[in-house]
Amino acid sequence: MTATALPARAGHTGSRQLAGTGALLGFNLRRDRVVIPAWVAVTALLVLSLPGSLRSVYSTPAERADIARQMLTNSSLRATYGPVFSDSLGGLTAWRIGGYAAILAGIMSLIVVVRHTRDEEESGRQELVSSAMVGRSAPLTAALLTAFVADSALALLITAGLAGQGSAGALALGLGIGGVGMVFATLAAIVAQFTDSGRLAKGLTGGLLGTAFVLRAVGDSTTNDASSPATWISPIGWLENLRPFASERWWVLALFAAAALLQGFAAYELAGRRDVGMSFLPARPGPANGRLGTAAALAWRLQRGAVLGWSLGFFAAGVAFGGITKGAADLVGDNAKTREIIERMGGQSGIEDAFLATMVGMFGMLAALYAVSSVLRLHSEETTGRAEPILANAVGRLRWAAGHLTIAFAGAALIMLLSGLGLTLGYGAEPGPILAATLVQLPAVWTLGALAVLLHGLSPRLSPLSWAAAGLALLLGWIGPALNLPQTVLDISPFGHLPKLPGGDMAWGPVTALTAIAAALVAVGLAALRRRDLTT
Amino acid sequence: MTKAITVSGLHKSFGRTQALAGLDLDVETGEVHGFLGPNGSGKSTTIRVLLGLLRADSGAAQLLGRDPWADAVELHRRVAYVPGDVTLWRNLSGGEVIDLYGKLRGGLDRSRRADLIDRFELDPTKKGRTYSKGNRQKVALVAAFASDVDLLILDEPTSGLDPLMEEVFQRCVEEERDRGRTILLSSHILSEVEELCDRVSIIRKGRTVESGSLADLRHLTRTSVSAELTGPPNGLASLPGVHDLDVQGHRVRLQVEADQLNAVLRSLTDSGVRSLTSKPPTLEELFLRHYQEAE
Repeated sequence: MTATALPARAGHTGSRQLAGTGALLGFNLRRDRVVIPAWVAVTALLVLSLPGSLRSVYSTPAERADIARQMLTNSSLRATYGPVFSDSLGGLTAWRIGGYAAILAGIMSLIVVVRHTRDEEESGRQELVSSAMVGRSAPLTAALLTAFVADSALALLITAGLAGQGSAGALALGLGIGGVGMVFATLAAIVAQFTDSGRLAKGLTGGLLGTAFVLRAVGDSTTNDASSPATWISPIGWLENLRPFASERWWVLALFAAAALLQGFAAYELAGRRDVGMSFLPARPGPANGRLGTAAALAWRLQRGAVLGWSLGFFAAGVAFGGITKGAADLVGDNAKTREIIERMGGQSGIEDAFLATMVGMFGMLAALYAVSSVLRLHSEETTGRAEPILANAVGRLRWAAGHLTIAFAGAALIMLLSGLGLTLGYGAEPGPILAATLVQLPAVWTLGALAVLLHGLSPRLSPLSWAAAGLALLLGWIGPALNLPQTVLDISPFGHLPKLPGGDMAWGPVTALTAIAAALVAVGLAALRRRDLTT
Repeated sequence: MTKAITVSGLHKSFGRTQALAGLDLDVETGEVHGFLGPNGSGKSTTIRVLLGLLRADSGAAQLLGRDPWADAVELHRRVAYVPGDVTLWRNLSGGEVIDLYGKLRGGLDRSRRADLIDRFELDPTKKGRTYSKGNRQKVALVAAFASDVDLLILDEPTSGLDPLMEEVFQRCVEEERDRGRTILLSSHILSEVEELCDRVSIIRKGRTVESGSLADLRHLTRTSVSAELTGPPNGLASLPGVHDLDVQGHRVRLQVEADQLNAVLRSLTDSGVRSLTSKPPTLEELFLRHYQEAE
């Protein structure tokens, strides 16, 4: 046997490394033909609807200048929305929506990349694809190109749609949002080399995206020109520093390019050093004898990692946002419109309470995402065929569902409580009112979780609609108040009915009503689940 | 003797596709019953109805004398099931899953569990995601055979096993029968069923087309023979029990009923045999011949 018998492993020198990339790219785009256009369209529409809405809220230049001045002076508002660099309609659009659109682009990009890399290897489909005329680097390249196509389309739509507000600013905003997308696309490509589960890769990259948001918020609370180091660490902070519509700093775009290229390079290096289907954090052997003995224990075993992740994230974010609440008292000037917006979001009393109420509401809406994802474990267990052998044992459907639902509904209470503890710790105040405020969110969180129970009970095919409901609640809660949407529209979201705590008056009526609605939805959903055929 | 499974006139549709169209099935207590049919004939749908996972549109079904839908949970204490396509949880080890299933059924024989793991050569410490198809199937088989149940429902349980493991599987089925357990074995492989089963039901397009002991169904088991002869064949066409005769020069292909095999071989050796292969007909061939013509 000679040394040349085996080809070098990590090399990318082979001319056929990229064979088949074009075909795979076309295939990826075909598989994502609904998800990507829908996600891009919703994100772009969100951005493009802003100038019109802003004009109706701040109709005179004086009012717009006033809101800009307040952002300059109020740190907790800056933490939420970032600093304002220009009081033009374009500038306010970039301020109000840029960061959130960037988060949406980041989520889309990381999902696309993991979906076409680690998910494929995990399911074993990659083996079949790689056995064809497909180069070793082709799947990763095709996945990154798929994300690039999606982010480019988003950048293009934003640039074209906002050109009326100033073409340079529109281009900067579009490229910045797409740039954040590509940074998280390449980051996901790295993470996907380490985990052997697509779910974990998405969760970890999503956690990094959340960290980037918190870093930007903390950084912006300390400075009013996005110059804090914390902001500069965050790709979302780069978007602010690009300053769309405010004498753009084009060189910041180089940061996006450098980060995406470096991360992409790292991902290729890592991918070249492992076998298909393997990962750098491989599976360890498990126990030969099991202690799991009930369906509930199994549910906890399957969900405990997610509960732990959400718990840590909520507590840490609580501490971070609690810490910047004090700055809310810095508010000077009393622009009636801004006060009105804050009041609509957070309540009428002190501005610190209003800020806390806003944060608590945000945690509530995110907890609804947790509740939906936890309830929908039922859906994935059923559609992957793992529920079938469990139910072929002496386990009734209700008992099977009860384990997962307990984790969903009690887990939502747990993470809300932890966010409240975090806020209390960071803010340094009496825990009572803040904890009460976080717990008051639960009926709305539960209602959205219960809607998922109902939809899954009726038919697994309807289950994904519960994501749409939770997403709509999130959008209405965050964007709605600034857009001057009528209360009847805001009332679509269960969160719109909750009392604004801390600071506001407790209203037992809606809280009780929502809890009853949630219980009814769960009851009907479970009754339907007992009656229908199991999906196989 | 009471019947372990009785099904009559079972109907089930999924939207416009009709999966079961009046299926009948009778399984005696203590027998190994083969449940044969080509892919998509309704075997798994029947089993899912018997397990209370699906609700039949019409018809009657009884499992161990009770209603499989209404009494699902109590019944499942006495039933072990192995699906044709076993999916495991990626981060649970095989041993954990075996024990989980055992506890959910209300008990597992520890020494039998150890013995089965040994015989199936299964590594119970590996995580679900690292098992091959055959090994995932072994996890489900060990859990089923080690459980203390009255009825085993096995849905194409050997599709991922190698021939050695199939042997082990067959021994296990025989041991279960000797302990007086009832086994419903669904399969599309006739030889597997011939080896193990006391009685057989054959279904096609959601209907039962044949049912009885293997002796009753002997007329189904023809052998296909193809031979290369040294001289021209003669007299084959006039022999009883010969079908689908195809002569091309010195090459002969034919199918023969089991009790006429001797006469055919004698006739072939008379002409001088250069090479000879014979194999049992596949189930698909049987279906093509017996049931497609009848329609």
